[in-house]
Amino acid sequence: MRGDRLLYAGIDIGSTTSKCVLLRDGEIVGSTLVDTGIGTGGPEQAFSGALAAAGVRSDEITRCVATGYGRTSWKGADETISELAAHARGSHFLLPSTRTVIDIGGQDAKVIALGPGGRMVNFAMNDKCAAGTGRFLEVMATILRVPIQSLEELAAQAQRPAPISSTCTVFAESEVISQLAAGTPISDVVAGICMSVASRVAALAKRVGIEQEVCMSGGVAQNGGVRRALERALEIPIFYAPQAQMAGALGAALYACHK
Amino acid sequence: MAEEVKKKTHTPPDPNSAKYKLGKIAADAYKDAIAAKARGEKVAWVSSNFPVEIPETMGIATVYPENQAAGIAARGAGTRMYEEAEADGYSNDICAYARISLAYAKLKSCPEQDVAMPDVLLCCNNICNCMIKWYENLAQDLNIPIIMLDIPFNPDNEVSDAQVAYVKGQFLAAIQQLEEITGKRWSDERFQEVMNNSCRTSRAWLAATAMARYTPSPFNGFDLLNHMAVMVTARGKPEAADAMETLLKEYQENHETGKSTFRAEEKYRIMFEGIACWPWLRVTSTGLKSRGINMVTTIYADAFGFDYDSFDNMIRAYCKVPNAINLETSRDKRVKLCKDNHVEGLLVHTNRSCKLWSGFMPEMSRQIGKECGIPVISFDGDQADPRNFSEAQYDTRVQGLTEIMDLQKEGDLA
Repeated sequence: MRGDRLLYAGIDIGSTTSKCVLLRDGEIVGSTLVDTGIGTGGPEQAFSGALAAAGVRSDEITRCVATGYGRTSWKGADETISELAAHARGSHFLLPSTRTVIDIGGQDAKVIALGPGGRMVNFAMNDKCAAGTGRFLEVMATILRVPIQSLEELAAQAQRPAPISSTCTVFAESEVISQLAAGTPISDVVAGICMSVASRVAALAKRVGIEQEVCMSGGVAQNGGVRRALERALEIPIFYAPQAQMAGALGAALYACHK
Repeated sequence: MAEEVKKKTHTPPDPNSAKYKLGKIAADAYKDAIAAKARGEKVAWVSSNFPVEIPETMGIATVYPENQAAGIAARGAGTRMYEEAEADGYSNDICAYARISLAYAKLKSCPEQDVAMPDVLLCCNNICNCMIKWYENLAQDLNIPIIMLDIPFNPDNEVSDAQVAYVKGQFLAAIQQLEEITGKRWSDERFQEVMNNSCRTSRAWLAATAMARYTPSPFNGFDLLNHMAVMVTARGKPEAADAMETLLKEYQENHETGKSTFRAEEKYRIMFEGIACWPWLRVTSTGLKSRGINMVTTIYADAFGFDYDSFDNMIRAYCKVPNAINLETSRDKRVKLCKDNHVEGLLVHTNRSCKLWSGFMPEMSRQIGKECGIPVISFDGDQADPRNFSEAQYDTRVQGLTEIMDLQKEGDLA
C-alpha cells in the first residue's frame, strides 16, 4: 500500500443510495451508507458520516475518487471511475478469489469479468428494461406491501414458486397482482420474483462467460432469495461479503490509494 | 451588435474542401428532386441498397427516405414525426426511419428536411426486411407503383451464377418498368459513364477510409457517418467522384502534416458498429472525444464501396452488401477493418430500430472480440427514436471500455 498513514476516500453515488468508504493503511477506517442517491443530500450525508465514523476531517483526505451514476456531480472528487471498475476492485478486495462479479444495483445489473489482480477485463450490462434490477424488486415489494428486507425470508418459505415474467417490470406487476388475486401464497410469488431476477441476470452472466469464483455485490446481494435463485440458475455457488453493498465505494477508495 | 460581430468572424466554408463539396452534393440531391418535380418529371423514393446506378443512368430524380429520416432525427424532429405514425397505429417497435417516413408521406411536410413527393418507389430487401412492408405501405398510402427487388440473404461465401441470373432478371424488369413509368430511357453508354463514376467514387472512398491505418488517424470516424450520405445516394455522379478524391487528398495531407479532423489527442482507437444514434449524435460523439477515443472505422467504410466492371459484376456487388451476407463473411470484413486500423475496442450500438443488425451483433461481436483480442461493449440506442437511449448508461459503458483499454495498454491482461 502506497503512502503510509495517508487517507483515501471513495464515494459511490447511486440511483437509490450513497456510500462512502475511507481507507488508511489498506484498512477501512470509516464507512457510511445513506438511503438516498443522486440528486439528494445523500452523497453529502454519506461523506460526512464516513468522516465522523473515522474521526477525521475532509482536508486530511489525500485523494478522493467518485463512482456511480452521480460520480460526475460530486465536486470533491479528484477523479471518477465507472462503477464497473469500482465493483471489480472492491469485490476482489473483499473476496480475493473472485473472477466474476454480479452487481445488481438500483437501476442496472452488471456482470464483470476479472483478470489478474482483480482488474476488470470485460463486462456486460442489462438493456434498457428495469427487469433484473434492484428497482424491479422494490416495485414488487411495494405491490406485495412487504418490506424489501423480508423478501429473502418469504422466498425461503415457498412451496411452489409462481412463474413471473422476466422481460418487463410492468408486465411482471400485472402478473403478481393476478397471482395474488388467484390466491397464490405470497411466499410463492416472492420466490417467483427472485427467480425472475435471477434468470435475467444469469443470461447476462452467460454472455460474459462465467469464471469461478462468482460473487455478488451491490444492494441486491443481501437478498438471499435472489442469491439462491441465481445459484440454481447458474448451477454454481454464489459468494457474497457482508459489505457487498459498499463494494463500489470501497473500489473507488482502493483506486484512489493505488493511483 | 454582438450578432454583427459574430457574423464578421464567421469563416465561410472553403468551396474547394471535401466537406463543402460533399455537403453540397447531399443538399443538391434534395433540391434537384424538388426542381424535377416542379418541371413535371417523375421522382423516385429509393431504399439505400437499391442499385443507384439504375435511376442515375436513366436520369430519374431520387430521394432516399433513410437519409431524410436520419436528417430529421438529427435535427430533433424525429419525435414529432414518429408520434404521428404511432397515432395512426404503427407500433413503436417498428424501425423509426419507417415511422418518420410514413408520417412524412401523410403530412407531406417537415421543415427539418422537406423532400419531393414520389411518383414511384424503388425498394430492395438486401438491407432489411422491414423495408418491404414500409414501402408497401407507402405505395398504398400514396397510391403509386412500387418496384421491389428481391436480393435474398446469401448463406454461402460466394455469389452463385444462379443468384446473379435471378437478380439480373429483376434488374432488367425494373428498368423496363421505369421506362414505362417515367418515359425516360436506359442507355448502355450512359450506364458505362455512371459505372465509371461509381467505381471512381468508391475507390476514393475506400482509399480515404483506409487512411485510418495511420496512427493518429487523419480523420474523426464520425466524419464517415456524414460523408456516407453521398456514397449511398450519389456515387454514380462525377461530382461525387471529385469530392471523394478531394477527401482522400485531404486525408493524405493530414497524415503527412500530422493533422486530423479528430480535434483531440487520439489516445484510443475503436470501431463503432451499427447505424449512428442520430438523435444523440453529439452526446455519443462527445462521450468518446472527451476521453480521447477516436472511432477510426465502421463497416460503412466498406459497405458502400462498390467497385465493379460490368453489369453482372454490379449485380454481384449488390448481392454482397453487409446485411445480405452470412455471419462468417460479415465477421471477417469487420475483423479485417479492426486489424488494418489497429483498433483497440469495439463499441456496439444495439439499435432498437434495427432488429436485423442488432440481432446478429451479440454473436458476431463476441467472435470479433475473440479474434482481435479487444473488449466489446454495447449500449442501447436507436437510429432515430430518442426514447431508446440513456446518456448515463452510455457514459458508464464508454468509461468502462476506456478503463479496459487502459489496462490492455498497460499490459495487465497479458
